[in-house]
Amino acid sequence: MQVFIQDLIKNNGYQATDLLAVLRAVQAQYQHIPKAAIEQIAALLCISRTQVIGVIEFYSFFHLSPRGHYDLLISDSITDHLLGKHQITAYIEQALQVKLGEVRSDGLVSFDNTSCTGLCDQGPAALINGYALPHLTPAKIDQITGLINQQIPVSAWPADLFAVNDNVYQAGLLLSQTIQHGEALHAGLERGFKETLKELDISGLRGRGGAGFKTATKWQYCAEETADARIVVCNADEGEPGTFKDRVLLTTHAHQVFEGMTLCAAIIGAEQGFLYLRGEYLHLYAPLKAVLAERKQAGLLGNNIINAGFNFDIQICLGAGAYICGEESALIESLEGKMGIPRNRPPYPVTHGYLGKPTVVNNVETYMAAAKIALNGGEWFANVGTDKSKGTKILSICGDCAKPGIYEVDFGTSIQTILDDCGAKDVLGIQIGGPSGTFISNTEFARKIAFEDLATGGSFIIFNNSRNILDIVNNFTHFFAHESCGFCTPCRVGTSLLKNQLDKIVNGHGSAGDVVALEELCQLVKTQSHCGLGQTAANPILTTLERYPELYQAQLKKISYEPGFDLDAALETARQMANRNDAAAHLSQLED
Amino acid sequence: MTKTLTIDGVTIPFEDGQTIIQAATAAGIYIPHLCHNPEFTPHGSCKLCTVKVNGRNCSACTFPAMDGQEVINNAKDLNADRQKITQMLFVEGNHFCPSCEKTGNCQLQAVAYHLNMLDDHFPLFYPHRELDASHEEILIDHNRCIFCTLCVRASHEQDGKDVFAISGRGINKHLIVNSETGLLKDTDISASDKAAHICPTGAILIKHTAYQVPIGKRIYDHQQIDQVTLNSESEHDK
Repeated sequence: MQVFIQDLIKNNGYQATDLLAVLRAVQAQYQHIPKAAIEQIAALLCISRTQVIGVIEFYSFFHLSPRGHYDLLISDSITDHLLGKHQITAYIEQALQVKLGEVRSDGLVSFDNTSCTGLCDQGPAALINGYALPHLTPAKIDQITGLINQQIPVSAWPADLFAVNDNVYQAGLLLSQTIQHGEALHAGLERGFKETLKELDISGLRGRGGAGFKTATKWQYCAEETADARIVVCNADEGEPGTFKDRVLLTTHAHQVFEGMTLCAAIIGAEQGFLYLRGEYLHLYAPLKAVLAERKQAGLLGNNIINAGFNFDIQICLGAGAYICGEESALIESLEGKMGIPRNRPPYPVTHGYLGKPTVVNNVETYMAAAKIALNGGEWFANVGTDKSKGTKILSICGDCAKPGIYEVDFGTSIQTILDDCGAKDVLGIQIGGPSGTFISNTEFARKIAFEDLATGGSFIIFNNSRNILDIVNNFTHFFAHESCGFCTPCRVGTSLLKNQLDKIVNGHGSAGDVVALEELCQLVKTQSHCGLGQTAANPILTTLERYPELYQAQLKKISYEPGFDLDAALETARQMANRNDAAAHLSQLED
Repeated sequence: MTKTLTIDGVTIPFEDGQTIIQAATAAGIYIPHLCHNPEFTPHGSCKLCTVKVNGRNCSACTFPAMDGQEVINNAKDLNADRQKITQMLFVEGNHFCPSCEKTGNCQLQAVAYHLNMLDDHFPLFYPHRELDASHEEILIDHNRCIFCTLCVRASHEQDGKDVFAISGRGINKHLIVNSETGLLKDTDISASDKAAHICPTGAILIKHTAYQVPIGKRIYDHQQIDQVTLNSESEHDK
């Protein structure tokens, strides 16, 4: 192991910023990060062991105790639940003889939940040693069980197990026509890069991650900073449950995304770029590296790009299972090899970003759009959409519909039109913008996709009338408690309190006053939290409580007070120790 | 011309580079806080010092003072939220004031008094947390840690060591120490380190000193935290 780590870190150039990459390699090799490895890594990277431990304990894909040689993680996203996650989980437990959350006693297999894997259009999905396994069926599980029992390495498993489809059903401005490699850069050079920034301004392009800051303004601010180096970052940490459009863009349109980043570099004067790729998209890492190599070969990256005298390179950094890293300053911390904790603002990344340098962070789709705008001009883009939301939005549509997949719609398109296009019937409601967005009911389908009405980073989850709203809200609320970084009090404690309080109500232990207490807590978490995660963590409860108050009320017991202390739950440890789970080992809270 | 801002309608001066809390402290205005200490880089995590700046919630300990800012601090809704955030800190750990040797000297307790906190409000988590009594002179009681990182910053910035760090994510956050065994006795901390004395609660204590000052004669037994804090922190800022 000592030699393995020595070589690994030597190849990485002893950079502390590469801590995540080093840990990913050690985890893959030894199924955990052994104590001796922590000491060695800390010494070689000249960082404290506490930083190494902190990072291991922060990211879901790193472990201090060994996982199985085959580590199977099933997606716990609501979209996978809709596609039969529970049934397939039970089947896996039976087939592989391992319980969810456990490592099999022979150490060969471990099995656990993971947050949304970005395969919502082809679930139920899982990751095996980090690689995506879409469309799980009992037959596939049988096949996988056979491969594991014969101890065939994952790299030698049949490719069809890993086949991820694009499922593009509707193409608009961006997806209908792919640009030629280098075309946008040449257009930018011909027009002049300053003029091209003006075109970007005219286009009205706003960030596609959801927040919607004007892209040209961000690039301008960054360019105006006095600095000897600037950084371009592409945020491909697509963690919002129900979103998978960046997966498709990076599978099929990676050239155009990298071209947009290179264009940004030319405009702001950056020489270093990063693609922060979520760990769940490990299957895209090798193909994306190949695209980068191809572009370098073609003179579209590296030194003296398109003979225009500017240099720029892009490095791909993989995440390790932390939703919070989609927040731009947490992402930058993660790029620096640290825990993904959102920074205090000001200063903003455009002035103090990666290693303190002015940094532009944009979404995958934003760079892709910027490249095409450089080619076709600002008006071309601005002619589509609404007054405040120009152009198109690429949606990841999943849940209860006939054709889940990618739909590029003009901003201003009504929800009803989208539902008709994807073949959704008998709809109960839609989660727009993922758990951090809004739940709309079936009386609101005249509303529109736009920053001024329903904003979304791309997530669009449809629920039909057979679904239970409280199950959905419960899944989302647990998700936020799991993903809270824990930095600030209101989110760290608040998301767990929300989870517990909602569980109490959903499990039928709530009484009068508990819904009021829930709503009060929601407001506190929303208004007092440090970053977007906490500020939106209560949205699933708030947006459904507003629309379906009776659903919550109906869960309440008809008594005036229910103790917060759960007698039966308190006996759980005793039951486990006594290895009992019969009726006599349970207590009812109150005499019914 | 001196630059000024207003806090609750009172105009106060400030100097460039000051945060809102620094400007307020200099002007004798107390903004409740736990993770902030003017001796160290602001952290902005406890969120008690949240004030409204031109209508927007900001952490006073990290947000820069700017000319013409209208800051709201001592308002009913802000204080109500501060009280709940304090309650969150209480229920998250195991804080049993009557049996804690820090009682009367504890800033968490004092802030709770100041904010008129009369109960826990939220259900208690009763987490299982360990003690680290390995060190001869210093004790860590993880039950009382509120993750303010003051010990982390004091060790790094003042003691020139890195004895402490916060590890983990979300509600599983915890304090760790920098030694191969994970025990305090094997770190390079010494009882004279700033980090050993900075804890606002009873999570890091100097051994063999408990009850030398009897209950009833401790800092916050006779003074409110606002006065104590303003006296000590404005002294430092000078």
